[in-house]
Amino acid sequence: MNNIIQRLDARLKNIDEYERRPVPDDKRKGWKGFLGMYAGEHTAGTEFVIGPLFVAHGVATGELIWGLILGNVLAVLSWAFLCAPVAVKTKLTLYWQMKKICGSKLASVYNVVNALMFCFLAGAMIAVAATAIGLPFGIPMPELGDWMPTSIGWVITVFFVGLVITLVAIMGYDYVAWFANVAFPWMILVFIAAAFAALPKLGVTSISDFWTVAQDKIWTGIPAEGQSKFTFWHVMFFAWFANMAMHIGMADMSILRFAKKWQHGFASGSGMFFGHFIAWMASGILTAAAAGAIAPGIIAYNSAGIAGAICVVIAGWTTANPTIYRAGLAFQSVTPNWKRWKVTLFTGLVTSIAACFPALVMQLLDFVALYGLVLMPMGAVIFLDVMVFKKLNLISNLAENTGIDFNWMAGLTWVITLLLCLSINLYMGVEIFFLGLPGWFIASLLYIGFSILYQRKIMDPKSVKVPA
Amino acid sequence: MRILLIAISIIGLILTVVPSILVFTQNITLETHKQLMLAGMVLWFGTAVFWIKEKNE
Repeated sequence: MNNIIQRLDARLKNIDEYERRPVPDDKRKGWKGFLGMYAGEHTAGTEFVIGPLFVAHGVATGELIWGLILGNVLAVLSWAFLCAPVAVKTKLTLYWQMKKICGSKLASVYNVVNALMFCFLAGAMIAVAATAIGLPFGIPMPELGDWMPTSIGWVITVFFVGLVITLVAIMGYDYVAWFANVAFPWMILVFIAAAFAALPKLGVTSISDFWTVAQDKIWTGIPAEGQSKFTFWHVMFFAWFANMAMHIGMADMSILRFAKKWQHGFASGSGMFFGHFIAWMASGILTAAAAGAIAPGIIAYNSAGIAGAICVVIAGWTTANPTIYRAGLAFQSVTPNWKRWKVTLFTGLVTSIAACFPALVMQLLDFVALYGLVLMPMGAVIFLDVMVFKKLNLISNLAENTGIDFNWMAGLTWVITLLLCLSINLYMGVEIFFLGLPGWFIASLLYIGFSILYQRKIMDPKSVKVPA
Repeated sequence: MRILLIAISIIGLILTVVPSILVFTQNITLETHKQLMLAGMVLWFGTAVFWIKEKNE
């Protein structure tokens, strides 16, 4: 037994995912790894929640279809033209690039915020998976209005799911990508099949019936009682910014640093159009067929039986895995003496605790919008620093080149952008879903302005160790 | 052996999606569709894990 533990420990110690140095050329990956990874990651358990929430918010059929198409195209372009070029150029994770730009102290603050956000997101995936795991055991599941843990059975179920997901995440990127690759083809077909099988119940018996029934019974344009009305613009901006932390926020540098070319950022299209188009529409159909029920395990089980419930579990896993992996990377940068597997285990524990609170799932749309918004300003800072500063004759990687441990220009950009976004929300009534776009331009202008002011007027040029 | 595994995996995917079309055309019941989907799942995961290898490109 001791021997086995020693061998496992030795293996885990040897897992090297290049968190603290650029990915070497021979470790870079082609299209296939990213297509599978993105498709699996974005065909997730939360899609079973987001689709029904669009129905509940009274989106009309045409608004949904065109909003999703345009929003997803914008999301793919954000990955391809903002995140991927930075990732391929630096070959570093977001967290270590942050350290070079912002200094260790600011990077630590950011990383803790970032890691907690990822934990909460992964917690939502785990909670979704737990709604299906608990079904055969008759465990009472949280309902739309529940925010706190509802029973000890629920808590045990959540911790069981969290443990399994954490163990997979500990095994590293290749295992995560493999898991997503295996599950994806089956998973997306379950979404499609479950929706197809539910259509007769709604009165669709031929393709020509679909549009009429969709308008009358699924995406009717009338919100459920107590829910706000969503329009085309809500759908478009939500689809674009649902993964804002990943593309504009640069979190996917952790993934795309393994890419051979920046064009591999377009691989995100597999996730957007399978997961955030087909799966969102399919889960909307399922909720309509289940008379407006929201719980993912139930709506999937109603139309696809045991396979549907297991799909909800696996869909939760394939998203929670990379999310816990990213959170682990973020925590690791503030605990550099810990091995990654130990950090990931800690991350899994935090995530499982968060998952016990159903509020994460029931308020998912708002949380997703908030977490993207909170992380977005630093994405703008990194993009400008890596891709634009040289053209403006500004010094990139200021912390690394001057030895400062807290880049005030980046810190002020982050805080002031969020305060301005909050003001726009409170005083101008602009909903959280729309704040990302003005927020990015605010962050960009602030960071360039502060950097010009500091580097040209205040900073001592002799303090620069390496010229830009 | 690998070809056989892939063939069984494909049958698993067919069993996952085709029954739903038959429900839509009202040729089988929803219950039969659920059982066939379960069989498809078993076939897929029972075989795909052996031929979808880890990528170390």
